[in-house]
Order: sequence, then structure tokens, then C-alpha cells
Amino acid sequence: MSLVNYTTREITCKIVYYGPGRSGKTTNLHYIYEQVPGDRKGRMVSLATQTDRTLFFDFLPLDLGSISGFSTRFQLYTVPGQVYYQTTRKLVLHGADGVVFVADSQSRQLDENVESMQDLHANLADHGIDVREMPLVIQYNKQDLPRDLILAKPDLDDALNFRNVPAFGADALHGVGVFETLRGISELVLRRLSTPTGVGSR
Amino acid sequence: MELDPRFRFENYIVGSANRLAVSAARAVAQAPGAAYNPLFVYSSSGLGKTHLMLAVGHLAKQLQPSLCVEYATVDELVEELNTAVVSGAIEQFKQRYAAVDLLLLDDVQFLAGRRETQSEMLRLFNTLQRSGKQIVLTSDRPPNEIADLDDRLITRFSGGLVVDVGAPDYETRVAILRTKCEERGAQFEAGVLDEMARIDFANVRELQGALNRLIAYQTLGETKVTVRNVRELLGDKADRGDGASGAARGEEFASFLSDLSEVVAQHIDTWRVRVVEAMTYWHQLGYATAMLERTLEGTEEPDVEALLSRYEAAIARLRALEQEATGINPSLAAAEVFKDPERVGEAELIVARMIGGAEAPPGPQSQFTRAEFEVGPSNQLAVHAADSIVAEPGKKYNPLFVHGPPGSGKTHLLNALGNELVAQSGGAMTVACVNARQFVDELIAALHDGTIERWRARYRVVDALILDDVDVCAGKERSQEELFHVFNSLFASGRQIVLASRHAPKTVDRLEDRLRSRFEGGLVVEIQAPDLSLRERLTARYLSQAGIRPDRALLDYIASRPAESAREVAATVERVVQSAQVVGVPLNAVFARKELEGGSAQPAADRAVADARVADPFFLDREKVVWDWPEVPGRAIEDFR
Repeated sequence: MSLVNYTTREITCKIVYYGPGRSGKTTNLHYIYEQVPGDRKGRMVSLATQTDRTLFFDFLPLDLGSISGFSTRFQLYTVPGQVYYQTTRKLVLHGADGVVFVADSQSRQLDENVESMQDLHANLADHGIDVREMPLVIQYNKQDLPRDLILAKPDLDDALNFRNVPAFGADALHGVGVFETLRGISELVLRRLSTPTGVGSR
Repeated sequence: MELDPRFRFENYIVGSANRLAVSAARAVAQAPGAAYNPLFVYSSSGLGKTHLMLAVGHLAKQLQPSLCVEYATVDELVEELNTAVVSGAIEQFKQRYAAVDLLLLDDVQFLAGRRETQSEMLRLFNTLQRSGKQIVLTSDRPPNEIADLDDRLITRFSGGLVVDVGAPDYETRVAILRTKCEERGAQFEAGVLDEMARIDFANVRELQGALNRLIAYQTLGETKVTVRNVRELLGDKADRGDGASGAARGEEFASFLSDLSEVVAQHIDTWRVRVVEAMTYWHQLGYATAMLERTLEGTEEPDVEALLSRYEAAIARLRALEQEATGINPSLAAAEVFKDPERVGEAELIVARMIGGAEAPPGPQSQFTRAEFEVGPSNQLAVHAADSIVAEPGKKYNPLFVHGPPGSGKTHLLNALGNELVAQSGGAMTVACVNARQFVDELIAALHDGTIERWRARYRVVDALILDDVDVCAGKERSQEELFHVFNSLFASGRQIVLASRHAPKTVDRLEDRLRSRFEGGLVVEIQAPDLSLRERLTARYLSQAGIRPDRALLDYIASRPAESAREVAATVERVVQSAQVVGVPLNAVFARKELEGGSAQPAADRAVADARVADPFFLDREKVVWDWPEVPGRAIEDFR
């Protein structure tokens, strides 16, 4: 998939929300879905289990209209965080133009975060993508929880953000930091417009 | 299913956001099946759809107790249907719903993707509507936004009145809180409910939840609820309400979009946009755009301006060629070769061949033969060059530029050379042999007729170009321009060019330098005034052509007379031959001397006739005068009639 198609004047951008189970990936999408005016969003496809856990993936198409004469569409995906959905995660990552890593700020979830980050790297590598080439931002979700339950941003940075990518604190349930994160990843992704094909073209 | 008695119109607070929905619902309750059928109410959750729907049921039942009112959510309906299918009681299911007078169906958005239920729903819908039964539906979105909903259901759902319930405004929220407090028998100090209503709760259910919490705080007696601490007590609930809804809704997205536009504008390659625009345009007109497409593959920004103007120039050329070609052969219209700017050369060649085939340029005149061209020291260099050109056209002396005084035999030599070239190739070579005057006249005519392309093409396809009296072009800008291009085109492909002029290139006045330098680039030879031996040979030839076998003395005498050109020698011979004929004496050296140097022996009258014929050198020029009129007897008869 080409990120920008000059011939059809389209920009198509696939962003994958990655992270451990219950870190708030789907919540991010839900919040965005709520904020977007009706004519701009497609149907949000959410394949959830009985307990609202993502079973396969969530998919939210956003039609951002004409930007600089380019019909711009964003496709937001989440992956199921649970360890056993490894194949699905790999599949969803295919053709991604950018990744948002949604980390759970709770201290007891630190190991899951680290594990998921390693999983992301492994899956990207399996797709033949150099992790350093892939636009990535990190969101530290659930920063609204009591201080004693969560890790502060510097600690999380130490554990997860060794590449020093843009990182955002967030409370996805209430929308804090959701659009900041989306803006962050969009900028990283769109910066690559000048190269004719995105990483996802592979 | 029994209707929940708590949900009635009496405790449904009407505000600006739900006024339309409420009046429609009342109308439906008062006259089921008459007003809006179906009534489709949609809103986000927690804004009172179900309340309104149940209120319709209650009021209708109250007004007509015999009315059969049925309330169900889609989930319940599906479950019921499944049970009916499993137990084989599908008919009972159908009958039961067919008997309903007022069907209240909640949460129809859950019909999404349930094909089986949808088709059952469609049947039920048709049955009820046919018999004038009322249907009220609720959903969290309008019918056309329900995913995978059968189009027939969408049209049926939208067929009555589709109305939405918005979030309550501040006043409505205060009214709702007051009603709820009354219901619950709770009392707060003045201003608490107003402060609470100021918090932007997303929906009424949340508002109610918040009120419940306050009531709980108050009942437990731990905290006194005041205007000041109401937000604090409601904690992040209130913060959330402030941040997430109301004015902020949509704004967040709008600001995201505007930031995004900036980033895109910064990083988009405007040159690519321009190239693609041009591609789209020309592609629509049927032109190949591969040339432009290739630049898109590169990462470097090309000179788009130059690229596009190059491309457009090629297309302009193609268009002219296409027009030219279709003038000759209409079936060539829109031929592929005229649609690809990268095949201009090919298209030019095709057109040139067509035109060349259609109208061959003038060739050499056959009466000038190489065998009749007398060679002497004064012209042998030119003849030698001409002979080697015949042996290897285009290889040795290209161009050959011959200059010399008029009558020195340039035209003869050039035509002879042309004939030799044609003969040598067995007639395969196209040799254009033309006087520059004709070249210029043709050009003017072509400009006048708008057939310039055709004219050019004629000359561009020849295998050799022989241009006599090229100095005629001097001072004629357009002619020189065209000659320049023809010259280059032929020269580049190794075809022979031979030129003749009165003067050498460097002394031709008003000849453009670009032509001068090109003319001098091959071999420039001069044909000088005929020397004695050449004059002798010319005299012998002309005399024998006149049927006179000359003696040595006559030959020597005529040859000894100085002459600037072969033509002058011919004129001298002509004069003495004519005079001798008129006088009726055999021609000899004595008569010739007398004739040419004075002391005439002939009668005056005859002299006059002879002078009339001989004196005007025009009649002596065998090259300029047509002596042999073909088909003269036929023409005479034609005139006589």
C-alpha cells in the first residue's frame, strides 16, 4: 500500500494501535470515533468478546476529506493484546504506516508492556521492517489512576522508550491525550510523504 | 412484555433537544397508526429513547385499554424468534406479533448483520403496516447508518418520521434534577442542583447517576453537599464531563485536522502534483504519459517547467503531424504513433514517407548527361568531386559546393550528377534536383496553402538534395531557415547535398552564417572560365551538333577566342553557323573570322534576319529555351479547330 498516491491524489495512512491486553487501544479508537463528525467516519468494526476484549481487531476508517487537494483517509487498527493472538497481531501490522504503542501505566503491568514492545519489534522484523524506519509513538495510558498505582512518565520512558520516540501521557477513557497521540503519529507518518512509497509498500 | 410503569410522559422532561420527538410520540400515542408510522427515534444512549417509547405505550393503553401493546428489544425479539424456530413454533410467533396493535421495538441497531432476523422483521413489518398497526422504533443512530441493514428495512424505517433526541440543555438538566429529587424525596441546599446541571454530562443517565451519588452522600450524612463541594464530590466525573463533551466535541477533531493539513502541505511534493495534473489531463486526451510517469519514480525534483514544456511541444508537433497525415490518409486519425510524445521521430518519418511518396520532389533533368559534359583543366576539380560523389554519395564531399560564373556548366554538372546517382542506384535513390528559385516559390506557396509540413517532408525524405543557384536564398530569412533545417536533417543522416552558386559561400551577400559555415564544411570548388583545351572541345561538340564537320583552322580560330563560359562558346558557334547558313556558304575559319571580327560578305537584308535570330543571346541558350515542342501537330490541329 502506498502512503501517498499522486496519480489518484490520495493519501492513505494505516496506523496500528499496539500494546498489551487491556491497555486501552480500543478505548482510544472509541474516543476518536465519538469525536469525529458522522460524515467523516466509517463504520467502526469491532470484533469484541463477551467481556469487551478485542477478539480479532478493531478497524476505524476516517475520511479526513481533501487535504492540500489530496483525498485523505486514515485507517486506524488495534491488535488484540492477549498473548495468544500472536498471528492476528502480525497480520494487522502488515502494511502499517505507523504504530502507536499504548502502554498501561500501572506499575504491575510493566512486564506486560515490555513484553508487548518486544513482541512488536519481533513482528516488525518478521515483516522485514527495520524498527528504526517505522514511525512510532508511545502512549502512557491510564495516567488518571491514583499516583501510587502507576509509574510516572520518566520511569516508563526508561523501561519502554529507549529509542526516544514521542511519548504522550493519556487517559483514553476520558479522551485526555488521545488526539495528541494521533497527531503525533500522523506527523511522523506524513513526514514521509516526500518519499514516494511508505514502508508499508512491502 | 409488561411496560415499566416508571416511564411516562408525565415525568419526561421536555426541552429544546427533545421537543419534536416528544410531540411526535404523543401524536402517535393518541392515534396509533394514523400519524407517523413508523416513528423512528434515535439518540446517543441515556437520553431517554426508551423512556419516550414506553411513555407512548402507556398513554396509548390509557386512551384505548383494549389496545394490544407489545414492547421488546431487538435482542429479546431475536431470542424469541430463535426459541420459536427451535421449538417449531414459528407460526405462533408470527401470529402473536401479527395481532399486535402497537409494536414498540427498542435498540434496532442490533439488527445489524442479523440477516435471518431482518427478513423476519421485514415480513412482520409488512404485515403490521398493511393492517394499519403502529410501530415505534428506537436506535442509537439513524436507519441508514445501521451497519448491514437490508435496504428494504432502511426505506421502511425511514418511511414515517425519523426524529432524534439531543442532549438536554442546562435548563432541561435542572428540570430533570428537580423532578428526580421530587421522585426520590431528596432535598439539597439552594444552588446545588444548578451547579450540578452546569457540569456537562454526556447524557441523562450519567446525570442521574451523579444525582444518586449526591443523594447517597447526603443520606449517609458524612458530607454536607454544598454548591462549593458538589464538583469535588462528583470527582473526575465532573472533570470528565467538562473535558469530553459539549463545545469540545468536534473541536478536538477540527484542530487535529488543521494541524494535519499543515503537515501535509509541508511534506507534499508540489512538483509531483503538477506532473500528475498534467498526466491526468493528457491521459484523458489519449496521449501516452510514460515520459512524465518516469519522473515520478525518481526522488530528485526535476525541472518540471522544462519537462512539461518539452512534453507539450512534442504533443503540438504530434498534432500537426497527425493533421498532416490524416489529410493524406484519413484512416490514420488517432493512430497510436500520434499519441505518444516519445515517438515524434517515428511519426515524423511516417508522415514524411507518406508525403514523399505522394509528391516526389523534382528530380534532375534527363537531357543533361555526364557523357556530354566536357572536362578541362578549368572544371576538372568540380567534375572529379562530382564523380566521387556518384561513387560514394554522402561519404566523401558533403556538401559539395560548386561556384562559378553563369553559363559555366554548373547546372549541367549538377543535373548530370543527379542523373548519375539515380542511374547508379538503379532508380532506387530519390534525388531532388531543384533550382533555388523554385525552392523558394514552393515554400511561399506552401506557407500560403498551410502545407508547410508537407513541403518540408518532401525534402526531408530525399536521398540526395541538389540545389542550384543557392545564392537566390540569400537575404530571404524564411527560406534560409527552412534550408537550414532541411540541410541538417539530411546531413545528420548522411545524405548527399550538392549546391551551386555564382559565388563562393564567403562572398555570397546576406547569407546567414549558420548556412555559410555549413556550406563550407564539405568541399567548395570553382568552375573557372573555360581554358583553351576546354573551349576547343566545346567548339568541336557544338559544331558537330550543328551538323558541321569542322576543319582544324575553324576549330582553332573559335577556340582561340576568349570566352567567360561554355555558354559563350556555344553562342559564338551558333552565330557563325547561322550566318553561314543564311549566306549559303560553307563554314570555315575565314568566314568565321569575317563574321566575328567584321567585314561581312553577306547581303544586308539577310544580315538583319540573321541578327534578329542570333543577336539575342536568350535564343542561343539551349538550357533556357525549349526547342522541341512535343506533339506540335496535335496542338496545331487543336488550335485550328
